[in-house]
Amino acid sequence: MEKLDYSKLGLKVGLEIHRQLNTRHKLFCECPTDAKEDKGKKITFRRYLREAQSELGAVDPAALFEAKKRKSIIYYAELDNVCLVEMDEEPPHSLNAEAVEIALTAALLMDAKPVDEIHVMRKIVIDGSNTTGFQRTCVVALGGVIKVDGKEIPIQTITLEEDAARMLKTSDREVEYDLTRLGIPLIEISTAPVITSPEEAAKAAKAIGDILRATRKVKRGLGTVRQDLNISIIGGALTEIKGVQELDLIPKVVENEVKRQLHLIEVAAKLKERGLKEDMLILNPVDVTDIFSETQSKLIRRKLSEGMRVFAQRLPRFRGLLSYEKWPGIRLGAEMAGRAKAWANVEGIFHTDELPAYGISQEEVEAVISRVAAEEMDAVVMVVSKEDKAREALEAVLQRASEALKGVPEETRAAKPDGTTVYMRPRPGAARMYPETDIPPMAVTQERLKHLRENLPPTLGKITAYISEKYGLSRQLVEQLLDKEMIEVFEEIVNRYRVQASVVAATLTETITSLKREGVQVESLEDKHFVEIFRMLSNGVFAKEAIPDILRWLANNPAESVEKAVEKLGVRSPPREELEKTIEELLEVNKHLLDDKKAINKLMGDLMRIYRGKVDGALLNQLLRQKLEEARARTQQQS
Amino acid sequence: MSEDPLQGYSGYVRRLLEEAGVKIGDEIRIVSDGSSYEGVLIARYEIAEPDYVVIKLKNGYNIGVKVTTGSKVSKIAAATPPAFRPRPPPEQKPSLPRVTIVSTGGTIASRIDYRTGGVKAALSANDLLSLVPELADIARVSAEILFSIFSENITVNHWEAIARKVDELFKKGEEGVVIAHGTDTMGYTAAALSFALQKPPYPVVLVGAQRSSDRPSSDAATNLIAAVETAANAPFGEVVVCMHYWHSDDKIALHRGTRVVKLHTSSRDAFKSINTEPIAFLTQNRLILNTGEFNKRGGWHGYKLEPFFDPRAMLVKFYPNMPPETLLILREKLRLRGFIIEGTGLGHVNADFIPVLKQLVDEGVFVGMTSQCKFGRVNMFVYENGRDIMRVGVTPLDDMLSETALVKLMWCLGKMGEKHDVDEIRKMMLTNMAGELYSRSLPTLGIEV
Repeated sequence: MEKLDYSKLGLKVGLEIHRQLNTRHKLFCECPTDAKEDKGKKITFRRYLREAQSELGAVDPAALFEAKKRKSIIYYAELDNVCLVEMDEEPPHSLNAEAVEIALTAALLMDAKPVDEIHVMRKIVIDGSNTTGFQRTCVVALGGVIKVDGKEIPIQTITLEEDAARMLKTSDREVEYDLTRLGIPLIEISTAPVITSPEEAAKAAKAIGDILRATRKVKRGLGTVRQDLNISIIGGALTEIKGVQELDLIPKVVENEVKRQLHLIEVAAKLKERGLKEDMLILNPVDVTDIFSETQSKLIRRKLSEGMRVFAQRLPRFRGLLSYEKWPGIRLGAEMAGRAKAWANVEGIFHTDELPAYGISQEEVEAVISRVAAEEMDAVVMVVSKEDKAREALEAVLQRASEALKGVPEETRAAKPDGTTVYMRPRPGAARMYPETDIPPMAVTQERLKHLRENLPPTLGKITAYISEKYGLSRQLVEQLLDKEMIEVFEEIVNRYRVQASVVAATLTETITSLKREGVQVESLEDKHFVEIFRMLSNGVFAKEAIPDILRWLANNPAESVEKAVEKLGVRSPPREELEKTIEELLEVNKHLLDDKKAINKLMGDLMRIYRGKVDGALLNQLLRQKLEEARARTQQQS
Repeated sequence: MSEDPLQGYSGYVRRLLEEAGVKIGDEIRIVSDGSSYEGVLIARYEIAEPDYVVIKLKNGYNIGVKVTTGSKVSKIAAATPPAFRPRPPPEQKPSLPRVTIVSTGGTIASRIDYRTGGVKAALSANDLLSLVPELADIARVSAEILFSIFSENITVNHWEAIARKVDELFKKGEEGVVIAHGTDTMGYTAAALSFALQKPPYPVVLVGAQRSSDRPSSDAATNLIAAVETAANAPFGEVVVCMHYWHSDDKIALHRGTRVVKLHTSSRDAFKSINTEPIAFLTQNRLILNTGEFNKRGGWHGYKLEPFFDPRAMLVKFYPNMPPETLLILREKLRLRGFIIEGTGLGHVNADFIPVLKQLVDEGVFVGMTSQCKFGRVNMFVYENGRDIMRVGVTPLDDMLSETALVKLMWCLGKMGEKHDVDEIRKMMLTNMAGELYSRSLPTLGIEV
């Protein structure tokens, strides 16, 4: 496989990094930002959204897409963390000053210019993820720059916006959301599209992440960061990829997108070579249900028994191009399936490039080909669904086929955890935004900026040096704590309890990593687990050797307490009297060792066999020494 | 309507913009404090600080740029006026009932100019149908603007004008009227129309929205669709308020005009029926009746237009420490002809009021008693104080809503003209005219033990 020459391909990547802010309350109301779903009293209500017409005479493709799918929306609101504001039953309260302060701090750290006055806007979003039908958002600063390996990457805008509700479930007619997340402040940093390699994209994202983390006011953990990528190459088109959660995934997503665009450019050239013209693509879905009346395909049989039908659409000159796969997973057929799923909500498509397969026989395929009068160079796409949905799906497929002739369509795609992407919706046109008149503008005064400038938080580099000095830890260990976003909980523990900083740091980094390698679900461990473990350790409830076992048990039983883990694992330290008694008995039995210089070493082995994981070795050692001295003193007296 | 081309700008900033020859909607460049910005000039929020210019950046966001003596403004391009290209309205179906939507204020449907943030109301029937095409499947819809005011500015003159308009429409052959109304005083107007239009032949449906119609989540369209459905097809000829029953969009309540109040400042379910259930609910545009007690649709027998109101009546809420002379001063200053006192509990005021109340009644002023409890009925026999208040001539108004009692008193006074008789008014006030008095009190439904 040839290596891609990104500079020759004219790769351009812009980043939009979104991160939740760790404020005391939400952006436009006094609800907490740290509440969990499924904890309290819940109400459920149903809504519909309908966009007001706008002056944009041309129909916005993204809006049309959503309007076409207009669904009934069901919201779950937990009254611990949702009030009438998130329910769109009360006007928003004023813009959260703490969130503005964090955003301004981040802006100053990136050398951006804060705006003189912040205006909150309504950005129309009618998929239901905002109860209002718009997302409230405001520009806090413009310009700015970050540095990656000496290269300056300009920042375009720094905005503050409300996070959307979390989708629980979607079907043909309904979509369900939980409102817990709605309204949590999000900062969004957008770079200029000047990034020219997959690795640089990841480094830029990390650089922005480091600056945000230096504010010490961002949330951490799963779901608190979302990275969107805008990617284009020469001859391709701008693709917006949403929701890359892991930093490490960014290079892979960029590489895959470049390959996808190259693939589509190549396919377009082949179609042109084959003489395909736009007007040859005619929508004509043919009902071929009868051909499958005796089919061996279980899937089709099941669907037909549910009253669904099979429709087929001819795609002239497409033969072989739907399953042509230069790079794994990148095929035009997959693109068409994505369209059909998104526009018509069907499960998928079949096409002649991959048939016979799935129980569909050669005879059936031939019958379909002849029914739609497909020729030698043609492909045929089939959809099994209710008639109206099948027709819609094939219309979407044909639309995608006509775009294939032109090359790469502008799209918004969603990132999957494996680094590939899937079609979401067309790219929105000019942002449909209008002022949020319920919230007065907020001035950013020179005094306020001066105060923030004088109190800028240290960079992560400075924090590393400071922490490593203060707690006597290696810089490498502190960097690990920072990278794993464990520095906050580390400081909380070492400031509250008498425990060794190195033990805490190692637990939060190395122990977690090795548990993860074992396959333990470390994601379910929460800060409170770590804090409680070290509180108990500092009280001598168990020995530090027991920590990995306790963590492993808690990761498997995240709803349980540390107390319970200690009990279940039987690692509780015995009382001191019992230890002393055991040691005295041991010395009694091993009187012959009293004069042995290596008595300590020999006896420690026995003790550790009894108490490993339950009692700290150092404590045992200390007690043993003490008792041995006493015993020696006694024998000397007696003699 | 001539709009200020520099709306919201004043003083130095305004002069700077004027000198640059720019107006709202123009694309401008502003250089201030070493930075240069380009964007569309946007109207300024009236109550905001004066020395900022608001522009809409290319990315759609608005920002405020602080203007100092060194700032420079120049014009890049003139405004392009918004061109609304509405969808063609659906065809009207001749077999459907005729319903007119009368607008009194607010916007039930609107379009947005995303360039300037301006919101433009849809007012013609075609506009409405283009924005809410569902209406064409329910009725043959006409639309008409009676006036365009905030509902808190509505007076007895507007009540009269609305009543006369509805009467005119019925006589022209409309088979239902929808009145779009701001929500703040919609309950009062509903009560007024209930007395001014007695036993109407077709439904008179007041409708409003708690979220403005420019928002995708507005309740305006769902309420309007339900209102037109009610006007076209409900089996009753009654004045009703048509609004959300709860937070959900799928249940709309129809409240009797004399029984409804706004009980929440902002929530969609702000309107509640007091001392009764709503007449009906609409779910999925299916009407579910809660009662059989209503004036039947289509009958002209007993229909009367009596749109007469005298505003010289006042609703006074009693509170601890209220000076009794308040009532005398008000009567004197405003030449009042009647009071509705919203008393405590079963219908009480401080015993010190008794001489004042006696004086008022003796002088021919009607004094009626309702309760600030909202729910339940007054009963002034239970305590001695109540009996003393009644003895001087105060009329207990049973389970009538305070707001309805006030409107009804204005109507009684208007109907009787300048010469009125307190006994006659008392009799009218205690006679049920439009469902404002019920003799049976029922428990609240819905909570099971």
